[in-house]
Amino acid sequence: MNNFQYSRAADVADAIRLLTADPGAKLIAGGTNLIDLMKENVERPSRLIDISRLPLRNVEETDDGGLRIGALVPNSDLAYHPLIEQRYPLLASAVLAGASAQLRNMASVGGNLMQRTRCGYFYDTATPCNKRSPGSGCSAIHGLNRNHAILGTSASCIATNPSDMSVALAALGALVHMAGPSGARTTALTDFHRLPGDTPHIDTNLGAGEMITAVELPPHGFSHNYSYLKVRDRLSYAFALVSVAAALELDGNTISEARVALGGVAHKPWRSLEAESALRGQPATADQFSRAADLLLQGASTSSHNGFKIELARRTIVRTLTQAASATPQSQAHKKIA
Amino acid sequence: MNAYVGTPTSRVDGRAKVTGAAKYAGEFPADGLLHGFVVEATIPCGRIARLDTSEALKVKGVLDVLTHAKRPALADKDEAWKDEVAPEGSPFRPLYDDTIKFNGQPIALVVAEDWETAKFAATLVRVEYEQNSFATDLEGERSNAAEMDKPHEPRGDAAAGLAQADVRHDAEYVIPTEHHNPMELYATTAVWGGNGKLTVYDKTQGVQNVHKFLCGVFDRKPEDIRVISPYVGGAFGSGLRPQYQVVLATLGALALKRSVRVVLTRQQMYGLGYRPMTIERVALGARSDGRLDAVTHEAIAVTSRYEDFARNDTGWAEQLYSSPNSRFSHKLVHLDVSTPCDMRAPGAASGVCALECAMDELAIALKLDPIELRLKCYSDRDQSENLPYSSKQLRECYARGADAFGWSRRNPAPRAMRDGKELVGWGMATGVWEALQMPVAVRIVLTSNGHAEVSCAASDIGTGTYTIVAQVAADALGLPIENISVRLADSTLPQAPVEGGSWMAASSAHAVLAAAEEVRKELLRLAGKMPGSPLADAGLADTVLIDGSIVRSSDSSRAVSIADAMRHGNIERIEKEKLNQFDEDKKHARNTHSAVFAEVKVDEQLGVIRVTRIVSAVAAGRILNTKTGRSQIMGGVVWGIGMALHEETVMDHRFGRIMNANIAEYHIPVNADIHDIDVIFVDEPDAHINALGVKGLGEIGIVGVPAAIANAVYHATGKRIRRFPITLDKLLD
Repeated sequence: MNNFQYSRAADVADAIRLLTADPGAKLIAGGTNLIDLMKENVERPSRLIDISRLPLRNVEETDDGGLRIGALVPNSDLAYHPLIEQRYPLLASAVLAGASAQLRNMASVGGNLMQRTRCGYFYDTATPCNKRSPGSGCSAIHGLNRNHAILGTSASCIATNPSDMSVALAALGALVHMAGPSGARTTALTDFHRLPGDTPHIDTNLGAGEMITAVELPPHGFSHNYSYLKVRDRLSYAFALVSVAAALELDGNTISEARVALGGVAHKPWRSLEAESALRGQPATADQFSRAADLLLQGASTSSHNGFKIELARRTIVRTLTQAASATPQSQAHKKIA
Repeated sequence: MNAYVGTPTSRVDGRAKVTGAAKYAGEFPADGLLHGFVVEATIPCGRIARLDTSEALKVKGVLDVLTHAKRPALADKDEAWKDEVAPEGSPFRPLYDDTIKFNGQPIALVVAEDWETAKFAATLVRVEYEQNSFATDLEGERSNAAEMDKPHEPRGDAAAGLAQADVRHDAEYVIPTEHHNPMELYATTAVWGGNGKLTVYDKTQGVQNVHKFLCGVFDRKPEDIRVISPYVGGAFGSGLRPQYQVVLATLGALALKRSVRVVLTRQQMYGLGYRPMTIERVALGARSDGRLDAVTHEAIAVTSRYEDFARNDTGWAEQLYSSPNSRFSHKLVHLDVSTPCDMRAPGAASGVCALECAMDELAIALKLDPIELRLKCYSDRDQSENLPYSSKQLRECYARGADAFGWSRRNPAPRAMRDGKELVGWGMATGVWEALQMPVAVRIVLTSNGHAEVSCAASDIGTGTYTIVAQVAADALGLPIENISVRLADSTLPQAPVEGGSWMAASSAHAVLAAAEEVRKELLRLAGKMPGSPLADAGLADTVLIDGSIVRSSDSSRAVSIADAMRHGNIERIEKEKLNQFDEDKKHARNTHSAVFAEVKVDEQLGVIRVTRIVSAVAAGRILNTKTGRSQIMGGVVWGIGMALHEETVMDHRFGRIMNANIAEYHIPVNADIHDIDVIFVDEPDAHINALGVKGLGEIGIVGVPAAIANAVYHATGKRIRRFPITLDKLLD
């Protein structure tokens, strides 16, 4: 771990000012990922700007019937917030599928969006990694890549985004509110994270000096037909091999609206508008779900050790959509997959 | 009198542990304590070309950076570096010279006023290497395997036996490298006591082993160093040998003449020992009725370039299955890695896993129930020694385990049982381990107030040694267990070997009995001298200690209280120390056994595996404490689940580096992976092994569990996975 300066931001404007003044600075809230990365010398911030005391901890209803979630709301508070549980249970479920109770108590909503990949080479400073050290090469492409991406990869990077929460937020059409030196702006969550391309060291479209202030959920919460299913190497406390957030609006057995987002397969939560539109107007059947899975996985490419992920993703998509259609969402508390 | 032995006595150290009163090696305070942080090599093989510590030394709070070029003297002979359980070879010497033997090797120790400063300064140490070509891949190098060990001499003609067999099974099983990951990090606090004397608080399974090692490495007199390790937060074999942090902390203390603490990080612990990856080939030939004609078992295991670590992976069929022909071999491949070490049931956990998967495959080929096959070739003798067992209730394990599990309701066809979306599989396997016992000395100090202190250098690595020593002492001295205080794991206490091999329960218990007999002898002498003593003519063998009195066994009305005897003798305390040695028994083989039954449920589409039930029926002689004993077996079972489904140290052989050196990515089971575990202790009286009939439970709990699960996965899915761990991708079509 390097030596760093520590500042406590008085308010959002102060945080932005501190961030702009020191390009090597990083914001810290829960620190559940940043501190780990600092201990491994992967992140070496010149300064930590503590934003944990800023008043960004509210969950408020918006005028259009949605919710605005402050960037510092702890993951556990989010998962157990009555409005989230009632109106956006998909999000609550996805949050509870991640990490452990202790980590969720510390981790913030904004920090969750800023999580960095769990690629072993990214963590090991003795190996080349384009994400950690641009231009050094990608060790994973011809290395140990069982957990790596199959969609949206590049010749520079095949890392995945580890967040569960983001997958549900992508499915729900969430917005990300940011504040920065040139004022506030908002982007769709699906545009917040980037694909690796030839700049895998840049995870998100957050600009210099910008910080996340809130995440906004649109009114439609898909609270009846949803499921978040995370398939991993043990039943809890592991990152996803594949995860699926599925949300349906049903008219009888006919799908009137569909959202499907994938985790564990790409550098960002993965959605396919084509797949979702193909589901609309169709009966909620395994055949249709399978067709949607094919569309979602179009263009998937595998590496030496993650070939299984395509078939696993296909089956997980079908299972999750089936759970959603039958209004029997995956429980994150049961020690089994429904 | 057995008021305590054999009962579910709660841990006597439980309160200290849960309240934090129990101190571990990295927690002992010392005046002016300094903190060391280890800098590790990032290449697997070569030498240090340049090591620049100047930037690190400039950091405020840094006192020194020790390297091979700048350090106090270290012994230059291998003999000094060989600890009591060192394998053949030339032991690793930290900071000795510029040679790099493995990735993660310590190459510098930054010593600072606080840990954070040391850790920061460690990032400023600049290293340049001359890297040599290297190899770390066992499978890639298997053609270089050299036979190191024949666990047993061949019997008969295995090749001919296999050739003439009606049914043969011949397959290879691969067990990956696994790391122990004890909860407590490796740590040493070396306390500078003035006059060059050191008190070393170390995480170890053997304080006297570490003591002798340190005296050799640093050329010190025995009285100059004292090693203490009162509590150990798990070790599982990783602490049998002195680990490098004890050398570094001691080195730091000697260099700076201050107290120094070195605590390894979780990641650095992947540079210590591990269960070696093995490729296990098992060939079985049988007649159509299930009797074996031949067994061959060959293991190829990884070791380092500098030491030959080999354990008995392959000989276990000699204990378990009657066969006229057998052949075993253990080969090693030397690679640019650190030396492996013992890890719970070393050899057996891996070797019996392969053997028991192979037996399952043979049973299927023979269309026999797996238990029936094992009963057909049940061996009442250890065939390699041609000896009967001191006791062997394995048949009863099969029967009791099968009954508790409901084995008779098993449909033998694969994929025949299901529960909703899940395929259900039932599998079983046999477990076996040795019942070892070692010389141990115990000192008992009995005071006239009826309190006894029982002390011994043995470690309690979380297994419950404090508790069983207290139980045995309380019974032998006729005192309530609250009146017994136990002191362990101080190198100045009476002798004990490292705690390992499942030998400490039997060894320490009988040492307590031996010392207690000396105490009783002294009490009888005192009581006999009292005027009108009711014990005047009593022989020692006709006396017991009960309820604070020495009592004549044949006439319990004739008794003298301990307090009276000591008062009349005009003494306050009786102190007796006794080294217990077990009579060598060349007439019996000594083993523990188990029958493990596993139920798995496998999601048919997704391949997700759940181990929903385990029944482990164990025959291990008399169980000293059914509560801690049950916990021991449960811990072994959980580990066995991890071995079957989760554990794998993954190395990138292009870099020779472990890529999952942390417990986020190195998976062990979590609560969600664990369901019902039923432990059955089968009654196994043993008149031969020792007075109490105790065998030890440390290893047997894990043996057989991975195979039982693999066999259950086959039964559920029809897929035979021979490469562990069994992850879901291996089950997807």
